[in-house]
Amino acid sequence: MRATPSRLITVCLALSALLLLALLVGLWLGTVSIGPGQFWDWLTGQLKGSSAVILGQLRLPRLLLAALVGACLGLCGAVFQAILRNPLAEPFILGVSGGAACGAVVSVLIGLSGLWGQAALAFGGALGTVGLVLAIARRRGSMETSTLILTGVMINAFFTALIMFVISTTTDQKLHAILFWLYGDLAAANLTKVALLLPVTLGGAGVIFFFARHLNLLTAGSVAAASMGVAVERVKMIMFLVVSLLVGVTVSLSGLIGFVGLMVPHLVRMTLGHDHRLLLPASALFGASFLMLADTVARTIISPSALPVGVVTAFLGAPFFVLLMAKRGSRWW
Amino acid sequence: MVERGPIALSGQGLSFGYGDSQVIREVDLSLARGELLGIIGPNGSGKSTLLGLLCGLLPPKQGRVELLGRELGSYTRVEVARRLGLVPQNAELAPGFTVRQTVLTGRFALQGGRMFENQGDLTAAQQALMDTGLTGLAQRRTGELSGGERQRLALARALAAEPQVLLLDEPTSALDLKHQLGIMNLLENTCARDGLAVCLVSHDLNLAGMFCHRLLLISQGKTLAQGTPEQVLTPDLLAQAYGVEVSVDREPSRGRPRVTLSAPRP
Repeated sequence: MRATPSRLITVCLALSALLLLALLVGLWLGTVSIGPGQFWDWLTGQLKGSSAVILGQLRLPRLLLAALVGACLGLCGAVFQAILRNPLAEPFILGVSGGAACGAVVSVLIGLSGLWGQAALAFGGALGTVGLVLAIARRRGSMETSTLILTGVMINAFFTALIMFVISTTTDQKLHAILFWLYGDLAAANLTKVALLLPVTLGGAGVIFFFARHLNLLTAGSVAAASMGVAVERVKMIMFLVVSLLVGVTVSLSGLIGFVGLMVPHLVRMTLGHDHRLLLPASALFGASFLMLADTVARTIISPSALPVGVVTAFLGAPFFVLLMAKRGSRWW
Repeated sequence: MVERGPIALSGQGLSFGYGDSQVIREVDLSLARGELLGIIGPNGSGKSTLLGLLCGLLPPKQGRVELLGRELGSYTRVEVARRLGLVPQNAELAPGFTVRQTVLTGRFALQGGRMFENQGDLTAAQQALMDTGLTGLAQRRTGELSGGERQRLALARALAAEPQVLLLDEPTSALDLKHQLGIMNLLENTCARDGLAVCLVSHDLNLAGMFCHRLLLISQGKTLAQGTPEQVLTPDLLAQAYGVEVSVDREPSRGRPRVTLSAPRP
């Protein structure tokens, strides 16, 4: 589909409607059942008591955090796929999320346990991993899919070992929280976290969208992009910085939520095509709805207990990944 | 001899090497507006590297390149792209894009900060599609194209930017006879009509000899001969460059040199 302003607006409106729907479903569903009447009262500000607390202070921040994290992951996947020219590239698979998690764990270890300190070190971890992936890709000219995935597997294995080493030294009572966080968990969401992630997401999304046409050209390869006027190295550098920031902050707030960056851009491409001027905003909005719904499933499926949301996305994402691998022979993208 | 306009692109004393090996040594060339220059030479003689130097994707070790009177290095990438187009060998295309979308991406350098295409972009893309005979395939995805169609699409993408200088690496290598003629006619006409300066690398000596105003024969990175096709396509020079025996006569339609391999039966 060719990108035009009117199509962009239509797509954004449609996906915003989905976003709103996902938010309402997420607010409504949960262990404590909230009737439609109560729900309406809450929307109009007339609900008091425990139900109001559940809606306003538990479910709403969690859903908002899920939306922002989903938007970031969807965007990051689309950017990695364009720049590495590989449809399987995604923060989790590449090991970038693992690097960020490692940074966050280290921040706890050295006592920098505030939100900002954790986010900063996670950003550092993500940036370092991106640098590593990039160095490997650059050495070999372009990155074969198998190289890319194996590199990611090894990076993840290394970071997992490092994280296990760190948590082996922590007290038992923290273990459950850390394990849940490693699988991607939104249970600890609050409005402070939302307020931290909101400007980062909006700023990052703005910068990435500004480079949508550059990304279109970069998917055709560095030589083609350079010959058509893209300052290739500079654009790649900016994109990797922004993506590392988004992944770092996201992981520090919500842990390792995998495969969203893989599935969301793919599903968007299947309907809207490959033009990044539509793909990027659509991936952000759809990623937001996707993770809100996935988290709602995580909260309700084994109710009254709850799953880490990363378990739900992995249940969906891993088969999706295998399916894409199997399809490789015919048409890759 | 064709009347030559002002110089569009020139290279003086160009040298380039990877590590210790010299790929290009002291090559001089100039390309006038409206001129079609062919670069010929054996495999590995440095033709593609020379093209890389001329478009600024490779930095010369020595020498300088001037584009429209200014040193190439003083332009930004987008300024170069507004003036000079490149069709690399085996041009890579964005997967999943349609033919029309691909051609529209060629307008990047002219769009400035504009996020979406305007009427001018659409018209230029339409024209480029028509010129390369791709109008009927406009909605086809790049992954579904044949080698020849991909090659024509890469050319259309470069033409959509309406460059003043166009560099092509083997633009007809995957094309059938009809499309070879079509593309060469297109280049020839655009040179004559708009003053486009074209520099193309080719292995097809006859096609190059038939359409190019001048030829540059390089061998082992050095200029062996430069001049009209009649001056360059001689049995002696070609034997020196390629190490094979050829005979040269005139092809009937234009009276240009025609090269035939000599291969007596054993």
